[in-house]
Amino acid sequence: MSDWKFMARQLVKNPLSLAGIIIISIFVIIAIFAPLIAPPPEGHLDHYMIPRDGYSATPKLPSEEHIFGTTEGQYDIFYGVIWGTRSAFRVGLVVIGIVLVTGILLGSLAGYFGGIIDEVIMRITDIFLAFPALILAMAIVAALGPSLRSVMIALTVVSWPSYARLIRGDILQVREEDYIEASRGIGASNFRVIMRHALPNAIYPTLVMASLDIGAVVLTAAALSFLGLGAPEGYADWGQLTSFARNWIVGPSSDPLRYWFAVTIPGLFILFFVLGWNLLGDAFRDILDPRLARR
Amino acid sequence: MGNLIRIRDLTVRFYTYEGVVHAIDDLDLDIRQGETLGIVGETGSGKTMTALAILRLIPYPGRIESGSIVFFDRDLHSEIELLKLSEDKMRSIRGNKISMVFQEPGAALNPVYTIGDQISEVFLLHQRRELGKRANKQVDRLLRDGDGLAASIKRPFWHWQKRLYNKIAQESNPFEPRFLSHVPLFRRLLWRLKNESKLLTVDMLKDVEIPDAARVAVHYPHELSGGMKQRAVIAMALACSPELLIADEPTTSLDVTIQAQMLELFRRIKVEKGASVLFITHNLGVASEVCDRVAVMYAGSLCEVASVEELFLHPSHPYTKALLDSVPMPGKELQTIPGALADPLNPPSGCRFHPRCPSATPVCQQEKAKLKEISKDHMVACHLF
Repeated sequence: MSDWKFMARQLVKNPLSLAGIIIISIFVIIAIFAPLIAPPPEGHLDHYMIPRDGYSATPKLPSEEHIFGTTEGQYDIFYGVIWGTRSAFRVGLVVIGIVLVTGILLGSLAGYFGGIIDEVIMRITDIFLAFPALILAMAIVAALGPSLRSVMIALTVVSWPSYARLIRGDILQVREEDYIEASRGIGASNFRVIMRHALPNAIYPTLVMASLDIGAVVLTAAALSFLGLGAPEGYADWGQLTSFARNWIVGPSSDPLRYWFAVTIPGLFILFFVLGWNLLGDAFRDILDPRLARR
Repeated sequence: MGNLIRIRDLTVRFYTYEGVVHAIDDLDLDIRQGETLGIVGETGSGKTMTALAILRLIPYPGRIESGSIVFFDRDLHSEIELLKLSEDKMRSIRGNKISMVFQEPGAALNPVYTIGDQISEVFLLHQRRELGKRANKQVDRLLRDGDGLAASIKRPFWHWQKRLYNKIAQESNPFEPRFLSHVPLFRRLLWRLKNESKLLTVDMLKDVEIPDAARVAVHYPHELSGGMKQRAVIAMALACSPELLIADEPTTSLDVTIQAQMLELFRRIKVEKGASVLFITHNLGVASEVCDRVAVMYAGSLCEVASVEELFLHPSHPYTKALLDSVPMPGKELQTIPGALADPLNPPSGCRFHPRCPSATPVCQQEKAKLKEISKDHMVACHLF
């Protein structure tokens, strides 16, 4: 258990990683307690759909009733960003989870065994990497029909190849190390060598990239939503909220900043979410890698 | 004393982009039971490859082309042809009956695990039955001595654990524990196996003269000195009391005082555990210190095998003579061997050493000399004899 204590101390010691933890913890709390923070109105069937207060296109300024105001179509911004936290976590964690598993599996097979297995897997990743990521994602979402699920599928499809690549490169490097040979020398099977000896040494860059990418994936999902290819209209999603604000970034010429809240508030949520994961990414490496940590 | 390992006509080749590298050519070598056999030779002469061939760990793109390596298993009293063994069987030999100490102790330890974790892995891989028995005794003691409320609550769990450990101690790969060890929460039921292996590990570390072994076991490799790391690596290799310990230049990266301690350790181990040692080195001084017999290799083939005294007093192969002459000594001008090490891509025809040999004859260019016994226990591969 002293290991856990050590990790905790290490995390708290670095102010930046502490900031990352605090930011992400706040988002986790928001996501968990969303029904308490922004209780859905009575008779509201789908909690993820933002309640609207009328159909007027012009955003309404923050008031008692709508703390962050309403955006185009009178969707409540406060409700949207609170419940949107859940969507953000879902998109980020699910996509990165699937991508990590596939990437690690294929990448370590390719890197460890080399030869024909490597050739086949790497040529497949080359095919995927040959397409511009955002365009491919858009094409997939368009083909599957716009929904949060298709966004997740599209992001998974476009981002696993870089993970397979990264892991393969690190495994290639690690497999030449003496301790890999030594572990084969004590009679460990290939599976055991990969899982217990090669991966723990090769995985840190990937874990760091994964936590950075949770932010990036949410950003891309927001971009797709912004382009109208994401969640259905009215679904609680930060990208969609910024998309609603598209026409209201600049207000009437007499008061250009009149509708600042419509784009700024969802924007800030995205910003802090991505920032939090980025800070956490470096912290991950600092605490997990014993070579760096125990100095 | 019989042979522990009998290598015949071993040929190892590497199929590289530039061509076929002849790493080992028709090697015949015996390792006797309880002896320390040294292999000396220059870098690239195939010493390490010989060791890796015995473990069947020749790295890609190398291949064992032909030959046979017969291993005499003391426990089973039977001979095993290692090159024909299935990969599964081979794994049960590596680290268990034949183990290896690598050259660079820092590199041979996995940086992300503690010393204790790495050594106990060997026990968990090869000695599950033994661990099962020991864990069983622990549970027995609990069942006998445990009283009070906590014990009576835990009693059914202990019975279950006892059944599992019994199975592990009796069968070679029982289904129930093997299945449970993959299920996250139930895996904890088998924690005593790990615990026992940790205890054995500490004993092992004490055996290789590590002071404060229990504390060192929870250290990571980079927290230890070079000598300590090498001791830990040796402990790992000795964990299952192997019959053959292959030591690949175990002292090269250590400073001289530590070297002497390591050599002493090897000598003691050999006597205590009755293991044979294959000691690979390019340091003739070290070889003369620890070995009973010495084999000299040049460019993938064997030149001369003899007992230590015989080899150092009456070197017969021109290469051995040249090698001994090039050992620096005070008051003597340092000799070098003219020419360069044979190119393994296009090795010279006939005897590999003939382009550099002072006493080469025309026949040396055409034919490779066979190993001949010139006196008792002294074999030379040279046309001069």
